[in-house]
Amino acid sequence: MIGPQEQIVPGLTALARWCRRNPVTAFGFFIILGLGVLGLLAPLIAPYDPYALNPREKMQPPSWDHLFGTGIFGEDIFSRVLYGIRIDFGIGLGAVAFGLIAGSSVGVIAGYYGGRIDEVLMRLMDIVAAFPGFILAMAIAGVLGPSIPNLIIAIAFVNVPVYARLSRSRFLVIRESLYALAARGVGASDFRILTWHLLPNSLAPIFVQSTLQCGWAILDAAGLSFIGLGVHLPTPEWGVMIGLGAPRIIAGQWWISFFPGLAIAITVMGFNLIGDGLQDLLDPRRW
Amino acid sequence: MSPLLEVSGLYKHYPIRSGLLRYRNLVAADNVSLTLQAGETLALVGESGSGKSTVGRCILRLEEPTAGSVLLDGKDISELSEPEVRALRPQMQMVYQEPLESLNPRHKVGNLVAEPLLLHRIVGKAEIPARVSELFHMVGLGKEHIDRYAHTLSGGQQQRVGIARALATRPKLLILDEPTSALDVSVEAQILNLLQDLQQQMQLAYLFISHDLAVVSMLADRVAVMYLGQIVESGPTASVLASHYHPYTQALVLATPINHPRQRKQRIVLEGEPISPIEPPQTCRLVPRCPYAQSICSEQPANLVEVTPHRATRCIRFANEHQAGRWTP
Amino acid sequence: MHCSLDLDSVHRKGSAEVLRVEDLRVEFCLPDEDILVLAGIDLAAMAGQIVGIVGESGSGKTVTALSIARLLAPPGRIASGRVLFLGQDLLGLDAAQMRSIRGSQISMIFQNPRASLNPVFSVGKMLKEVLKVHSGLQGRAATIRAKELLADVGLPDPDSVLKRYAHQLSGGMAQRAMIALALSSSPALLLADEPTTALDVTIQHQIIQLLLRLRQEHNLTQIVITHNFGVIAELCDRVAVMYAGSILEEAPVAKIFDSPGHPYTRGLLAARARVGRHTEIENIPGQVPELKNRPDGCPFHPRCAHARDICRVKVPRLEQTAPGHHIACHRWQELA
Repeated sequence: MIGPQEQIVPGLTALARWCRRNPVTAFGFFIILGLGVLGLLAPLIAPYDPYALNPREKMQPPSWDHLFGTGIFGEDIFSRVLYGIRIDFGIGLGAVAFGLIAGSSVGVIAGYYGGRIDEVLMRLMDIVAAFPGFILAMAIAGVLGPSIPNLIIAIAFVNVPVYARLSRSRFLVIRESLYALAARGVGASDFRILTWHLLPNSLAPIFVQSTLQCGWAILDAAGLSFIGLGVHLPTPEWGVMIGLGAPRIIAGQWWISFFPGLAIAITVMGFNLIGDGLQDLLDPRRW
Repeated sequence: MSPLLEVSGLYKHYPIRSGLLRYRNLVAADNVSLTLQAGETLALVGESGSGKSTVGRCILRLEEPTAGSVLLDGKDISELSEPEVRALRPQMQMVYQEPLESLNPRHKVGNLVAEPLLLHRIVGKAEIPARVSELFHMVGLGKEHIDRYAHTLSGGQQQRVGIARALATRPKLLILDEPTSALDVSVEAQILNLLQDLQQQMQLAYLFISHDLAVVSMLADRVAVMYLGQIVESGPTASVLASHYHPYTQALVLATPINHPRQRKQRIVLEGEPISPIEPPQTCRLVPRCPYAQSICSEQPANLVEVTPHRATRCIRFANEHQAGRWTP
Repeated sequence: MHCSLDLDSVHRKGSAEVLRVEDLRVEFCLPDEDILVLAGIDLAAMAGQIVGIVGESGSGKTVTALSIARLLAPPGRIASGRVLFLGQDLLGLDAAQMRSIRGSQISMIFQNPRASLNPVFSVGKMLKEVLKVHSGLQGRAATIRAKELLADVGLPDPDSVLKRYAHQLSGGMAQRAMIALALSSSPALLLADEPTTALDVTIQHQIIQLLLRLRQEHNLTQIVITHNFGVIAELCDRVAVMYAGSILEEAPVAKIFDSPGHPYTRGLLAARARVGRHTEIENIPGQVPELKNRPDGCPFHPRCAHARDICRVKVPRLEQTAPGHHIACHRWQELA
């Protein structure tokens, strides 16, 4: 139980205790926060301009001058991977945010009102979900044309049914909760019950899902860019960078693709570790 | 004096799918009528499945009754629209069996108690904190509890929050749905005493829903015993507990655990279990379990009959034979 | 029915004592701290006796039963003590030996019978499985015995019950089925954890009558855990009153009701609502302490009207105050 004198820093002490109990999840947080900080501080850390080409130092293996080596135009891979954090995190978070808002709105409306509204909305979601996600994103990105906003829209759209289903099923459960009934008993309107009582209680699983989804969204963004449907050169996006270096792996110049690939792997792992542990963190009863 | 609450012919059916396109009705409340005067306590007693909680919720329009009328202060609230009912909520409130589940886990209990004040503009925004502290004080909680979340409080404290929230709008009618059955023995006593004190202070009318005759005998002026959706016996509490006019009441009294091992004796209580609540017969529903059942019991419809002043029973044998002084259960 | 001990009845294996628990201490090992949840429990049950453990939530009564059956799951850990079952210390046995004793000689039933029956097997399937393992009965013989058991616990129409699954039984029927399962290995000891709490009063009464009959007909020793003094009054020969991980009073059932010695016992008995009483009930002020905030000294002292300085610092020992009557209170003599 939290005593009154401890209430100023209950978050911090609880967080420290929680980290000790959940080292794996804490590690995930550490990765993502660390990458985020690196991305924000990229202009300070990066030794070179990520867009600078240096034909004299093409395809140099990793060395103290170029930590991750250089690419086919002599660009510094390390600097580009650092700036890539901004691009890829931006696309991932953007896609998840849009998907989350659109999807959970659909789910909340369907779950709370039920009946025919529910039926129509959820069948629409089924249609979207029936297409393989990546293929659908390819089609949308292809139609809209390659650019960062279009990439975000394509990935977000594919994820809408995920959030819609999740928030709907959560709403179906908590709609029947005793505290929702009790709120009606003291005279709360539908709108108030929906926003003040139910929404805060439905966020936990949706948050968990969106964290997991963040990793996949970044993977999808890189994938689309890799096949040329996403971001264009010379933007320092990890998928584009892998695409550039892919033909060179056979020639032994592995570092061009390897380091952006490693960045993607670490990012996806970080988000997944957080997502797995977040469920407990967001349960108020544990604090 | 016209009663504060007058319920007549209340029915609640739940359709249950019994085939591809066939529905049958689960009868949760079957022609329930009751009245409650201001400041009085009426207990609805019964076991699980008797429909006592359903009746409570239908009165508050937390569930829609299938048929019947509910008069609060002479005004029929069963026909009102949802916003009209909402405007009447300050007058009638409910305290729930599971205090923790009835309190939103994501809001501080102080905010939950403030919610009805805010919704019905009982006091100005600036006065809300003072009124919340006052309510907390009334139910025996301190200021330090206001900023806590429900799960950090003990069961008894949670139920005090539930009571404070129900009292916030100064209601005339409080429906208490087994308010102490989830609590520890020592805490139950505290809450029962609190409810008694509050009733005297605020002239509250209680509809007290319970399965525990001991608790009922302490709190209630009158009692209505329910079995499978129907009231089977009603009357003043002391009188009903002293002489039962229905075999089911007798069984409830006999099954209530004894107070002292010296009272141990073999008692014949009902055998078996209740019949299905799906479209039950209009004849006596206790017949398969009743030690006194005769053929007449499954031939005639069992109606609630007032046999002596203020005392009603649904037992056919009692109604027929008591006047002649021939039989009591 | 009378309340004196049934010591003359047939004793199993020549020993009158089926269970003796000595100074049982249990801890919950949490990441930050170890919490003492049982602070030295002493308990005994003679053959054919029904011993009640009564207490409020968090008193440690369920942990006691789980520890006796060695069913305590992490973070719970038995720190020290002895659990002598028919003279054998259960805490010294390995997991396999314990499993065989638990299946055959010690059975347990729980508060929520429907949840404790496996939902994917029918009652018959579960019963026959136990019968096969413990009595080697199979096929028709097992079916016949299973029906006998179901009839024995008062289930009408055993043929149909055999085919049913947990969700097709009412609470009362499920508890009877659970008891039939518990009896199928002819145990010497039945641990019943709040066996009637989830049931309606008329059904509760039936289950109490059933447990009494099992004692009468099979001389079955029982430890019954409850928060309800009514169940104690109906059912038990001896009673242990638990509070915050300690036994505060232990006595024959009539003694507990006639001359309770501990202020907590008195408070609990006075706090009961009773049929035909309208006045305010006396209550015990305050709340049951949480496990991790176990008070120093006597665990009950913060709520006790008679507490003195010694009660705040020194843990009272459970001492004999009259033959068979034990009280853990520094001031029992003054308060008597």
